[in-house]
Amino acid sequence: MTRLLTVENLTVGLPRGADRPNAVENLSLHLDAGEILCVVGESGSGKSITANTVMGLLPKGLPVKSGRITVEGESLLDLSAEELRERRGARMAMVFQEPMTALNPLMRVGDQIAEALAVHGKGGEAKARVPELLEAVNLPDPAAIARMHPFRLSGGQRQRVMIAMALALEPALLIADEPTTALDVTTQMQILHLIREIQQRKGMGVMFITHDFGVVAEIADRVAVMQHGRVVEEGSAAEILNAPKHPYTRALIAAVPHGAASDRPPIRPAPVLEMKGVTKTYQRGGWFGARAVVKAVHDADFVLNKGETLGLVGESGSGKSTLARCVVRLVEPEQGEILFHGADLRPLSRQGWLPYRRRIQMVFQDPYGSLNPRRSVGRAITEGPITHGVPPAEARARALELLRLVRLDESAMDRYPHEFSGGQRQRIGLARALAMQPELLIADEPVSALDVSVQAQVLDLLAEIRQRLGLTMLFITHDLRVAAQICDRIAVMQRGAIVEQGPTAEVFGAPRHPYTRALLDSIPGRGWTPPVLTESA
Amino acid sequence: MEPSRLPAFLLGRVVKAAIVILAIVVCNFFLIHAAPGDPASIIAGQSGAADARFLAQLRAQFGLDQPLYVQLWLYLKGVLTLDLGFSHRQQMSVAALLWDRLPATLLLTGAAFVFALVIGVSMGALAARRVGTWSDSLITVLALAFYATPLFWVGLMLVLLFSVTLEWLPSFGMASVGVEMSGLAAVLDVGEHLILPGLTLGLFYVAVYARLTRATMLEVADQDFVKTARAKGVPEGRILRRHILRNALLPVITFAGIQAGQLIGGSILVETVFAWPGIGRLAFEALLARDYQVLMGVFFLTSVMVVLFNLITDLLYAIVDPRVEVSR
Repeated sequence: MTRLLTVENLTVGLPRGADRPNAVENLSLHLDAGEILCVVGESGSGKSITANTVMGLLPKGLPVKSGRITVEGESLLDLSAEELRERRGARMAMVFQEPMTALNPLMRVGDQIAEALAVHGKGGEAKARVPELLEAVNLPDPAAIARMHPFRLSGGQRQRVMIAMALALEPALLIADEPTTALDVTTQMQILHLIREIQQRKGMGVMFITHDFGVVAEIADRVAVMQHGRVVEEGSAAEILNAPKHPYTRALIAAVPHGAASDRPPIRPAPVLEMKGVTKTYQRGGWFGARAVVKAVHDADFVLNKGETLGLVGESGSGKSTLARCVVRLVEPEQGEILFHGADLRPLSRQGWLPYRRRIQMVFQDPYGSLNPRRSVGRAITEGPITHGVPPAEARARALELLRLVRLDESAMDRYPHEFSGGQRQRIGLARALAMQPELLIADEPVSALDVSVQAQVLDLLAEIRQRLGLTMLFITHDLRVAAQICDRIAVMQRGAIVEQGPTAEVFGAPRHPYTRALLDSIPGRGWTPPVLTESA
Repeated sequence: MEPSRLPAFLLGRVVKAAIVILAIVVCNFFLIHAAPGDPASIIAGQSGAADARFLAQLRAQFGLDQPLYVQLWLYLKGVLTLDLGFSHRQQMSVAALLWDRLPATLLLTGAAFVFALVIGVSMGALAARRVGTWSDSLITVLALAFYATPLFWVGLMLVLLFSVTLEWLPSFGMASVGVEMSGLAAVLDVGEHLILPGLTLGLFYVAVYARLTRATMLEVADQDFVKTARAKGVPEGRILRRHILRNALLPVITFAGIQAGQLIGGSILVETVFAWPGIGRLAFEALLARDYQVLMGVFFLTSVMVVLFNLITDLLYAIVDPRVEVSR
């Protein structure tokens, strides 16, 4: 094996006023040709900064203070800007996290790949190479795809185009920065396989950045775990995954949802919410254009019993959020019955809905977008109860109690959302929903935007609150491991319909529908069972 | 947009446009008739013989004694056959009058438009490229100054400087009076007359385009695909042209469409200040004389222009931005 990349004692500064002086401190890494190194860490651990430093793509405010980076024996930090540009794309290439925004929306994808060839003096080969490259990443009908603009492609297809573009000049080093994080599980699995396959065929070295230990188990040869800008543990994939030594690694692995359905007490059938024949279709066009009809929700009946948690799982676009939003009338379905304690909510007027608003509450996915930035946390929590007639003093007392319940300090009352981290904001969102003393809580991907360790905390909190308050919950998620951990029953959605539902252990243990099986097979690292780790040792 | 969908798109838009224009015509009609005074009273007043019988005779002659809805019906019928009426004051058909004045206005506003677009976008691109340097600050301050200064004041100051003090450029009219010129000399003469009004009319839009271009370019420069381009080794100059500027021009096109729509109606002030013989001055004179037919003709032409350029902008947008069709 030849040494492809070495990073020695790299220190990259942060701007003044940041929470720590350096983004990356005294960091050393190495990568051989033909090897996949996973760099794992939570958000803010400095893993992306490291990758960008290697590529020479650091934003202006972040200076490299010291250290040495060599790629194929050449010291990158000593190169001029122009020399570095010549290496970028040719000897080292990068794939980014967000396929939806990483391609120029106004250029045909074929032209974007051709541009990579052209700027390195190989524009003449483009005509022949572009379809070849698109075929190499398993895109159907490469000639047609090459002529398309990015908006016509799905996220997975775009990510394939990005990979094709990165491979255009056969680089020795590929840096993939969370390339599958924004994708659905089945697509994620395909992309992981693709990267693995191409890497083996070309003998490339791949630096793969991720936060997901499942992905690590799927693809890594070696692993480096980062925390606060430092590598805290490094070793072979098997070592790190099964016998982690550093406390931080151990904590991270312990926080991975184990995906095993635990035994749960049987639920007495006492329907709180019943969906019957609810249909929602979206139409586009009209007048003169062709009309397109999308059935967002159909054939999605379910019953939710008192004290039960039902998990709606499915990939993006499967209609799970739309279905949940129908319940609280953020979306108005055109057909069907939404029975809440036997009363149909669908035909109610806005006025008629008011008494139910309090009893059904929702927690949203985006902890940043779902709180009004100009409103203090206390007001956010008390606003709902006060508009429903609770005296302000009582609402305030209750809000304080709720903050304790979600394990936030009482001082949070007078602070504003931007002063809190993502996990804390999600807890504020939870407190806000609970302030209404709802019977039914709808949680729409409440932990998807959070780091694993924070995710574990929020999930534990949800489970505990559910027990204590006897809440009934509709839990929407795309992450099957999370669903397994928290839900009593699971309903699997595909293209707007529920294709399978049943007790969690049954659905996971003996899936009947092929789609459910495909989903389960796509869970990254399904062959790896996180070791049971004791706190000490 | 796919070419195959173009006819349906166009047809739909033209039908909508026709409805909009008709509605505007009706609104204009009522708006103008709501204003106090009518052409008969102005003519009678100016002739000095303002007795009631003469006034009634004039009104009957102009058809002003008819009920309002009859007048509206007659006018609408005319508009549908492109007969915009007759100006009793100028003793010419309104259509001929407009046709007569149109070239002068189009020359002035077209020149101002091109000037504003070219200079504004260049200034904005330069400022974005050199963000934070003195050239960026200079451009930003200049743009703000142009943006904040009233049009007529700029016009007067330009006249004061270049015509009165320096005596470099003519200050009014479209051509030199009393000099026979032909060929190149005539063109140059008109060009010389065009500079000051064109500059006055264009400076505001220069500022708008410069600010818009600078802001959107800085915004686009932060987007992921620019980083992708950098990661594949595209040189900075090419990134700026092919990736940043192209995407940043989309909002500029939107705004240029708005400006283009005002090509006819937006120059009243400047044409008046510089005595430019165009539609704008015609409108001003017609207003003073309560020359309904001419005024409604100008309004009609203006609204057609606005609707037309909106359509052109949308088409242009659909060509430049392939995603437009999806969100139509």
